[in-house]
Amino acid sequence: MAAVMEKTDGLGKVDGPANAPDPASAAAGRRVGRGMAVAAILLLWLVLFAVLRGKQTLTLAAADLTDLHRWFNDVNDSIGANRNSNPLFLYFFNEIRLVIDTLVTFVQELISQASADRPLPQIGWLGVVGIAGYVSWAVGNWRVALLTVAGFTFFGLQGLWQESMDTLALTLSAVLVALLFAIPLGVWAGLSDRVNRIMTPFLDFMQTMPTFVYLAPLTLFFLIGGASATIATVIYAAPPAIRITAHAIRSVPETTVEAADSLGATRRQSLLKVLLPMSKRTVVMGVNQSIMAALAMVTIAALIGAPGLGRTVVQALQSLDVGTAFNAGLSIVVMAIVLDRVTTAASTRAEAARSSKNRFLAWRRPLLGAGAVVTAVLVYMSHTYVWAAEFPGEGGAGSSIASAADTTATWVQDELSGLTNAVRDTLTNGLLNPFQSLLTDSPWWLVGAVLIALGVVFGGWRAGLTTAVCVGLLVGTGVWSDGMTTMALTLVATVLVMLVGVFFGVWMGRSALVDRLLRPTLDAAQVMPPFVYLVPFLALFGPTRFTAIVAAVVYAAPVAVKIIADGVRNVPATTVEAATAAGCSSWQIITKVQLPMARGALTLATNQGLIYVLSMVVVGGLVGAGALGYDVVAGFSQGQLYGKGLAAGLAIVLLGVMFDRITQAAARRAGA
Amino acid sequence: MTPTTTEVPQRRGAPQDSAPTPVVSVRNLWKVFGPKADRIPESEELCGLTRRELMDRTGCTAAVRDVNFDVSPGEVFVVMGLSGSGKSTLVRCLTRLIEPTAGEIVFEGEDIRDADDRRLRELRRRKFSMVFQHFGLLPHRRVVDNVAFGLEIRGMGKAERTRRAQEVVELVGLAGYENSYPDQLSGGMQQRVGLARALAGDPDVLFFDEPFSALDPLIRRDMQNEVIRLHHEVGKTMVFITHDLSEALKLGDRILIMRDGKTVQCGTGDELVGAPADDYVREFVKDVPRADVLTLRWIMRPAADGDALDGPELGPDVVVREATRAVLAAEKPVKVVENGKLLGIVGDEEILAVVAGREGDA
Repeated sequence: MAAVMEKTDGLGKVDGPANAPDPASAAAGRRVGRGMAVAAILLLWLVLFAVLRGKQTLTLAAADLTDLHRWFNDVNDSIGANRNSNPLFLYFFNEIRLVIDTLVTFVQELISQASADRPLPQIGWLGVVGIAGYVSWAVGNWRVALLTVAGFTFFGLQGLWQESMDTLALTLSAVLVALLFAIPLGVWAGLSDRVNRIMTPFLDFMQTMPTFVYLAPLTLFFLIGGASATIATVIYAAPPAIRITAHAIRSVPETTVEAADSLGATRRQSLLKVLLPMSKRTVVMGVNQSIMAALAMVTIAALIGAPGLGRTVVQALQSLDVGTAFNAGLSIVVMAIVLDRVTTAASTRAEAARSSKNRFLAWRRPLLGAGAVVTAVLVYMSHTYVWAAEFPGEGGAGSSIASAADTTATWVQDELSGLTNAVRDTLTNGLLNPFQSLLTDSPWWLVGAVLIALGVVFGGWRAGLTTAVCVGLLVGTGVWSDGMTTMALTLVATVLVMLVGVFFGVWMGRSALVDRLLRPTLDAAQVMPPFVYLVPFLALFGPTRFTAIVAAVVYAAPVAVKIIADGVRNVPATTVEAATAAGCSSWQIITKVQLPMARGALTLATNQGLIYVLSMVVVGGLVGAGALGYDVVAGFSQGQLYGKGLAAGLAIVLLGVMFDRITQAAARRAGA
Repeated sequence: MTPTTTEVPQRRGAPQDSAPTPVVSVRNLWKVFGPKADRIPESEELCGLTRRELMDRTGCTAAVRDVNFDVSPGEVFVVMGLSGSGKSTLVRCLTRLIEPTAGEIVFEGEDIRDADDRRLRELRRRKFSMVFQHFGLLPHRRVVDNVAFGLEIRGMGKAERTRRAQEVVELVGLAGYENSYPDQLSGGMQQRVGLARALAGDPDVLFFDEPFSALDPLIRRDMQNEVIRLHHEVGKTMVFITHDLSEALKLGDRILIMRDGKTVQCGTGDELVGAPADDYVREFVKDVPRADVLTLRWIMRPAADGDALDGPELGPDVVVREATRAVLAAEKPVKVVENGKLLGIVGDEEILAVVAGREGDA
């Protein structure tokens, strides 16, 4: 190992200073030391585990509560009792809820829900399809407009028109509010270094958190329902838009800004005439990210009473109705694809139009006008005639899809159960169970000490300190044992993610052809809300922890694969060439040159893999993964478990912070 | 050493003494980056340190150190130095794109460092303009709108600024490309847009920050000729930054050589080649074809008693290469005469030493 590292270091620093060997061998020594330390820690843990098994494990039965949970319950009750008398609620939280509620209800009455004086929404399906198609064409191109029309019609055929429109209404309202804050904040962060420095840690933190944990605290302040769901979505959708807007402003070439300055532009002029126009394209990418995040959140927010497709999926998952879940999941996938394609097309449109010369541009205005007139006619018809307002048919396509999915699921369970069960049981018994019992059956202080020690070894003293604080607080939440179960699931899933990630990442990094073939699939997989991944694996493996793990692996793998592929690709071609010239085989090049040199990418992939897996594993609580995810969900539905759910949400945050800090610190070390 | 060096002090002082009031006059200009930068120019001890020592002692980098020069009206003044010598910082200090730490920059009698934001903007809008190495064009605007950008910022009406932009576009040879977007043009043409944008506002002084460094050698030569042509046509005062000595010699009336933020030498091209101030400059000008740069003034020798004084006459500022044929064709040494006064004579010996050998290298 040491020799390998030394060798690759030597290769990497071809033009390094003459005294390079010293630091290189010191680094190699440190790495050996780190490997030994980890081995020693794990060995000690196993020995102590054998001796102390089952003692001081802090297990808590499903219905048991700690003082903290009861206190949370009391807080919730007292907030509930004083909601309309406490000035903070009366003049702040309730006002926000009112504004958001009004906005959401307005959009819903426009496209999805009956209003007081009408049995149908103001704009029927024909109008919505017309508007969606027209807007897609105007901001994008005719291809995405066709896709939009087909996708929206498909919702109707599935018999999920109203649910889809509810999801769309919530998503769009939330994105509207989020952008209202996010773009000005992003511009500000782009212009001012200080604001950027202050804002970045908050954004990092917000994006590290699984979607799930935003829900519980918000219900405390805004009650269960559409408003809470929208606010959670706003909070989740804003960070990517802020970050990307700031990045867009920052990446405008300095010369251009300087040129405007040298011509005597005021700050306002250089913002309006230089910075904003030049960052427009990237900002639209931010809007895209924001919309995708919002869609993911809106579907999960079904747990706190958001209407729409998410609710259909949740209900179907809870009753293990694979067919219905699949049908609604398919709608979510279609909506994700449509929204993603349209916004992506919008971000590339300006250039496309410019390069296609002005031939078509002359026609664009009259065509846009004509399109607007046609759309207005469609909207009017859908407002006036029932056939254009209510989607015709009974959603026959939807029931066929559902029953086909059911049939397939049954067939798979009947015919392939031998195979799927074998896979499931091997992994569960061989890897998951021993690891989980190691974590849950060790005394809490032993696990805590091991975590802190590993934190120090991988991430240094600061990471160790963060770990210590997180462990302490985790014990305080009272859901230590469930937390350890979630951690076991997360770590096992992350190991699998990294295996998949290294295999495909190296393959993609080494072959441009494989990259071209796989990348679009990975990109598409990344825009899907995490929810929909549960459905097919529920059909395959039934409601078990393993289902959650597989869904988590599939959810997290794309991002890990892409990071590793980029890392392998970024290994300088000359280094690979030098290794080839020295007579390395492909295997030697991969293991001795490409992977060691991509170790920064590997740690980053581990970081992202952990975060993605964690967010999926907790959602897996819905399909039998239990542990913290289940505690959170149970907290929404049962009043006396509310406090425990809140504590479980907190525990998820602590796990997320701990994983993130350790791997970030490790990544910084690897990069240094 | 050749006797020519004796002429240097007199020659070097000449342009400034006889020149009219300078357009830009820079006095004791400092730019220091780092914590508490103000203290460096004030402290005599810190001023004396080298760049490296200053970094170690104070954590500050002195990019421009005590630079002085004057630019006369209509002159092309070149600042030359290698990367990191502070030349780009210097030119940005002149328009306060970078705020100088200490010193004076007097423009038409007004110290620019005293100007408030509004006045500074006014100066930038009317009096100066700048051409950048990486063009700094707006990719979302057509060529003509890029050229009109400065006028738009001033608040000029659309019809008028488009008309003016059109004129300038034609002046820089871009007619026919008005409606293209910058990314549809080659690098050289993009820099023509940059040049047009700078000229559109009819400024008094043009600043060029390594404008042609990013271009191919052939295109660079075209653009240099373009600048010379424009200088003849519009006669603007220009301050030109470059790291390329041949470019400096080709364009510059006078050249200031910078190293580590300090002025090493300031003078005309033939002064730099004929009388380098130190080894650094000497090393720099080593490969310059001397015959193209040196004038007769630098190679003439005093007339001795035995010399025939009835040969042809030439001025002292005639470049050696141009004089070669005449000197070699004449049977007697050529007389170097200025205002009817005999300065010295040049014979075949002197000419051949420059054209064929490496005279003055020792």
